Parts: sequence; structure tokens; C-alpha cells
Amino acid sequence: MSAAPTSSAVEASLTALAVSLRGVTKMYDNGVMALGPLDLAVRKGEFISLLGPSGCGKSTALRIIAGLSAPSSGTVRVARHEGEVQPGHGIGFVFQEPTLMPWASVRENVRLPLKLGGVSKAEGRVRADEALASVGLADFADAYPRELSGGMKMRVSLARALVTDPDILLMDEPFAALDEITRFRLNNDLLALWRALGKTVIFVTHSVFESVYLSQRIVVMTARPGRIQADIRIETVEPRGEEFRTSAAYSDYCRRVSAALAPSYSGQSTL
Amino acid sequence: MNAQTAVIAKPSGAQRAVRFVLPVVVFAAGLLAWELMVRIKDIPPYVLPAPSVIVLTLIKDWAVLSQSLATTLLTTLEGFVAASIGGIALALLFNQSKWVEYSLFPYAVVLQVTPVIAIAPLLLIYLEQQTAVVVCAFIVAFFPVLSNTTLGLNSVDRNLAGLFQLYGASPPQTLRFLKLPAALPYILGGLRIAGGLSLIGAVVAEIAAGTAGAGSGLAYRIAESGYRLNIPRMFAALLLLSLAGIVIYGVLALVSHLVLRRWHESALGKES
Repeated sequence: MSAAPTSSAVEASLTALAVSLRGVTKMYDNGVMALGPLDLAVRKGEFISLLGPSGCGKSTALRIIAGLSAPSSGTVRVARHEGEVQPGHGIGFVFQEPTLMPWASVRENVRLPLKLGGVSKAEGRVRADEALASVGLADFADAYPRELSGGMKMRVSLARALVTDPDILLMDEPFAALDEITRFRLNNDLLALWRALGKTVIFVTHSVFESVYLSQRIVVMTARPGRIQADIRIETVEPRGEEFRTSAAYSDYCRRVSAALAPSYSGQSTL
Repeated sequence: MNAQTAVIAKPSGAQRAVRFVLPVVVFAAGLLAWELMVRIKDIPPYVLPAPSVIVLTLIKDWAVLSQSLATTLLTTLEGFVAASIGGIALALLFNQSKWVEYSLFPYAVVLQVTPVIAIAPLLLIYLEQQTAVVVCAFIVAFFPVLSNTTLGLNSVDRNLAGLFQLYGASPPQTLRFLKLPAALPYILGGLRIAGGLSLIGAVVAEIAAGTAGAGSGLAYRIAESGYRLNIPRMFAALLLLSLAGIVIYGVLALVSHLVLRRWHESALGKES
């Protein structure tokens, strides 16, 4: 960073930001400080992971960015793209569970954000089918969620988050409940989608290996109240693939990130 | 794959047949024992009529009994519809406003725990008879609809609710696309209970009305036949009431199954 940036340079860097948090804190009703103060700037198109022990407030941070939860103090800025009809349509959210409506078909589940935004049924179905095709589930549009495996449900959830063509994709430990093989495949598919679509991704995880494999940047958080412990940039040959997972650079990064994470776990009393 | 599923399906099919056949066998054996006992001991029909006599009475008195059946079924239907609409509407109101819920819920409970047979004579004094009978059916049947719908509306997945909030869903959209579908299995469960209960409510009110000397429903026929020592007709009317209850339950269970079969656990086969 150059010293003493001019005000226009600040403006320019702000427009290049997808999300910026300043001094954000969250205190629960029972007086427990869950988060912060947290300062975080995410550039457009960046793939960033929030990594930390359970209960460190990383999910809370994500919900605050999504507008699902209000910060107790501090400011949140989320860049909006032009022509956005409804608030929230610039953001796609993938929850820890697939969070699908069991009474609706896969296509109707994916179409939901468009339906709520007033998009016509015909157009909504076309766009839902496109989103399903992008996650490799084109043949399952008429199936019901219960007929799908855990990994497929998560893909549907991803398709639903992508259907509004958001600039920012927020993912809250989306693959935590999946088996390792499915998780690796979804990791690869997510990377491919990110490269193809150029979205900003904020990915919450408690897996060091997953965060190093996926992210350009890892923000390691401390135990409650969650603050930033370390900010580590992962630089490697792009596009990444399975060979990165077995490379020496990968294990080096994993070691560094684990070391940064260690203080969060030592002397932690909340577990 | 196919052969395997066939092998698995076979014993479960046989088991289902057994589950269907066994109660029928028990029923037939019971009837036979009853018939034999009445004939061997030569019990007069005004003490205990044989099953064959009951069936004959049912056929002979069909004109009177079918009229009464129609009356009772109409009362039950009216009470059931009122209870369904009232219970669901009140639950939606409770869901919109905690204040309304806190103010009214205790009275719903009071109405439920007070035995309807004790309220019926009072209702018959203040209301026209047909209205009083329907109100009785309503009182008995509406509480399960109310409490089940309330439970269903409160069981909405928290993350799904967050998703609707994220995409800026309006309250009517949230109600229509999220809360009502999520509550549907609970509502249908409540309706299934309410169907049988509205029949009970109607019968209770008819008995109360019958002792006042008015009415034409099946329960009134039972009371009236009792006074006249027409025991076979009492049994015949009872048989019809029983069948009506079974049919009501069966229809509601079928509706529930058809509505939920694509997605809800309760309507799915055990293997999936």
C-alpha cells in the first residue's frame, strides 16, 4: 500500500471493493460478545476464506454481510450491481445445510429467489434450468430434494444461490457435512465455477485444508469474540487442480495456516 | 437389482396381507360367536339381537336410518368445515401477533377441556337446535386444528426463513410459499383428528337435544329406540355411526397421503 493515498485513490479502491466491514461487532442479547471489532475488505472477484474455531463468530460475520443480522456497531458496505431490482439480489447465500424446501421440486427450489423477486414463471424456469446445468444437475430438475444425495442437495443449494446472478457468493461451511470424496469434487467444481463466473466468494470453513485449496486469501480468526488473527495470501500456479492438493507448496501453506490458527485453540475456554 | 427388490418386496407384501386379513378373521369369528350364542341360548332380541337381526333391521329401517345418517353427516361436515377454517384462521392470527395469542389462547384451552356434553344443554337453550348441534361439533373439533397449525407454523426451518428474508420476501409471500407448506403436514394431522371429533361432537349434541325431545340424527335415533326398547335398531344406528367414523377417517387419511406423498416422511415407504 502506498503511503498517504489521495482521496480519489481511496474512492477508486473503494469501488473495487465488494465488501468492506469497519469496526463491526456483534453482541448477543445475553451480553456475550460474539464478534469483533472486525475490519475486513474484500476485493471484487476475490475468493476469500474465513477460518476459525467453532463459535468464533465467522458465521455471524457472514450473516451480517448478508443483512440477515444487524451489527451491534460498525459499518457494513456491500457493493451493489447496476439494475438490481430487489435488495439482496446482489448476494447469494449457501447455508451449512442444503436448506431446500422439501415440498417443492428441485427446479422450483432453484427458481425461488426469482419468484420472490417477481420474475415471470417462464423466464424463471429457463434461468433455474441454466443454473442447474451449471452445477451439473440438469437431469434432476423435476426430482424432489429427498430423492437426492447430500452432495447433490448441496449443488441444488449452490444453483439457487447463483440463479439471481449475484456479484457476491457467501458460503457458510457448505461442505462440512459431506464425505471427503464428495467434498473434494465439490471443491473442484466450485473453483471451476468461480473461475468461469468471476464472482466474489466469501467462504466460511473450519478446515485448514479446504481453505488453502480454495482460497486466494485466508483470514484466520481468533476464538470468541472473533477478530482477525492473520491474513494469509495463497499464491500458486492457476488454475489449481488435484496436483496442487498433493504439492509441497500446499502442505507449506497448510502448515503456516495451522500455525496461525493454533493460538485460537490454545487456552480456549468456550469449548 | 430388480430381482433383489422383488425378493425384498415379497415378505413385506405377505406381511401386509396378514395385517389386513387378521383383523377381518377376528371380526368374522367374533360375529359368528355372537350369532351362535344368541341362537343357542335363545336370547330375545330386546336383550341382545343377533348380528343377522341387526343387519335385517338396518335394511328394513333403511328409510328412517338413512335420513338420520344424512342429518348427522351434514352436521358433522358443517362442524368440521367451521373447525378447520376457524382453527387455521386463529392459528394464522396467533402467528401474526403474539399479543393476540397471549390474549386468546387460554380461552381456547378452556373451551377444549370443558366437557362438551356439559355445554350442550346450555347451547340448546340459547341457540336454535340445528345451530347448537353444529356449534358443539365445532367446539370439539377446532382445538386440534388450532394447536397443530400453530405447531406447524412455528416449525419453519430457520435457515429457510433467513433465505426468504435475504431475497426480500413480503409477508404474504412468506406465508404462502414458506409457512403454509411447512405447516401442511401438521395441519393435515389436525384435520384427521378433527374429522372424528366433529362426529363425536355432533353425536353428543344430538343426544342432548334428543332428551329434550327434538332432532332426527342417528344419535337421536339411538336415544329414541332406547326408550322404545327397540334394541336392534339401536345397534343398527350404532353400526352406521361407526362406519361413518371409519369412512371420515379413511377419506381424510387418503387426502393427507395424496397431498404429502411426493415429499413428506410420513407418506413415504419405509425403504426410502
